[in-house]
Amino acid sequence: MKDTIEIRWHGRGGQGAKTAALLLADVAFKTGKYVQGFPEYGPERMGAPITAYNRISSFPIRVHSNIYTPKYVVVVDESLIGPVDVTAGLKEDGAIIVNTPESPDEIRPLLNGYSGKIYTLDAKEISIRTLGANFPNSPMLAAIVAVSGIMEEHAFMKEMETSYHHKFAKKPEVIEGNMNALKLAFKEVTK
Amino acid sequence: MAIRERLSGNEAVAYAIRQINPDVMPAFPITPSTEIPQYVSTFIANGEIDTEFIPVESEHSAMSAAIGASAAGCRVLTATSSCGMALMWEELYVAASNRLPLALALVNRALSGPININCDHSDSMGARDTGWIQIYAENNQEAYDNFVQAYRISEHKDVRLPIMICQDGFITSHAVENIELIEDEKVKAFVGEYEPEQYLLNPQMPMAVGPYATSPFYMETKMLQNEAMIHARKVILDVAADFKEMTGRSYGFFESYRLEDADYAIVMIGSAAGTTKEAIDELREAGKKVGLLKIRVFRPFPGEEIANALKHTKAVAILDRSEGFRAGGGPLSAEVKEHLYDIHASTRAVSYIYGLGGRDYTTVEAKEVYRQLEDMIENGTNIPQYQYIGLRK
Repeated sequence: MKDTIEIRWHGRGGQGAKTAALLLADVAFKTGKYVQGFPEYGPERMGAPITAYNRISSFPIRVHSNIYTPKYVVVVDESLIGPVDVTAGLKEDGAIIVNTPESPDEIRPLLNGYSGKIYTLDAKEISIRTLGANFPNSPMLAAIVAVSGIMEEHAFMKEMETSYHHKFAKKPEVIEGNMNALKLAFKEVTK
Repeated sequence: MAIRERLSGNEAVAYAIRQINPDVMPAFPITPSTEIPQYVSTFIANGEIDTEFIPVESEHSAMSAAIGASAAGCRVLTATSSCGMALMWEELYVAASNRLPLALALVNRALSGPININCDHSDSMGARDTGWIQIYAENNQEAYDNFVQAYRISEHKDVRLPIMICQDGFITSHAVENIELIEDEKVKAFVGEYEPEQYLLNPQMPMAVGPYATSPFYMETKMLQNEAMIHARKVILDVAADFKEMTGRSYGFFESYRLEDADYAIVMIGSAAGTTKEAIDELREAGKKVGLLKIRVFRPFPGEEIANALKHTKAVAILDRSEGFRAGGGPLSAEVKEHLYDIHASTRAVSYIYGLGGRDYTTVEAKEVYRQLEDMIENGTNIPQYQYIGLRK
């Protein structure tokens, strides 16, 4: 599958990693790509580690297995580093994005010798600042779009606004906060 | 103009249900099929369809209510998975033997135990002898297309059998992928209105449903049920031909992928077929003559057609996503081998078990299967004739 971008998400049940993967599939679909967004569940409960995946391609996607050699990894919950081998199979010319207040240099020693690019983002802080609660998935979604270049910022924001109006039709008061979270995350994700 | 969208497999089936607007849906939730009744009840709450939704207290009741509604003359469906279907067991036979058209959106999931929510085919394979038609999908597109075709097959006067439209739990049910949808009015015109010839609520023609059959009569009903299954073969192909005319998308009993000149083939069902196609393309680039036969229709079983499509190969691997516990392979392997024997094929056939309880199957595993087949034929190596793929070391 030449040209397919593969992304793996690590989160905990209830944090929205699966939703973020589905939103990323949505965004990529809008750019005319073939997409896959799917979760891998272990035990069904809040707080259990979950993995979600994306494939994005210019050609129809037929493979229905999990992703073992991703180009990008997104870690929505920092506490998974260690218990989960988050860089397993991650391509050296790819990147990992971690939700943490720490810098990439501080995170690198925890990543089993991974030598590729590391980005960090304090998604919890951004989420609390813009939404008043810890929903790290929106900022992490903006971060993976910024880092991977799947879509340029302006078009992404426009798509997300439409998508949030649909998703939060019954609670429009959270739309502005989510949009602000995306904007901040786009700016603040650091190498 | 087709509608380009991206939907999960569950969303896709729910979308087809909305377009068809069946009369009655009794349902009880179970992962990973829960979203289907959820979406349908939302459509009802929004006034998009006027299906009568019956929330029941168990799957036993869901299928019982579906049987009652179908006998009364309604177009009916329900959805379930795994243990939910196991609780319908008695009623699956009742629906089929009473010749009641009925659609079941089955999202395949492993049966307990150990308890597991992920995909395998043990639920529907266990029900293979209940008298239901079974059609399987590789992806969300096929799940949608199969559901659009379901009632035309099930309600056909020469068939009148319940139909199971199966897709792989989580792997396709919860995966968002691109899909081409058909416009509402085209789907409605294609499916048409249901006009049963005989039904319980028709005072002009009183009838009994589900009476006792003594030994002098019971066997004939079974023979007639099987005759309906034989008729289903033609109806399935006729409906597929009409569907192709509408959409351009072609369906048959099975799909052959690079099989015509293949020396080695895999036979399998469901989402893993896509992964195998990817492996085939990679192996073909390396000069290996490999192919795939992906089963779409498992009941009625197109055994003769399958055997004829495979007979030119040197060896086939039959991959079952459920264990048959006959201490010798799964159900698909048994049936394919039977028909290869019937036509005196010289093709060697090896049985494999894969993907139980959601165990992943990748292009690496597919390539290893082809390597083993080639090794067996070219080098005369003895390989186990019945083995598990991807076990923990």
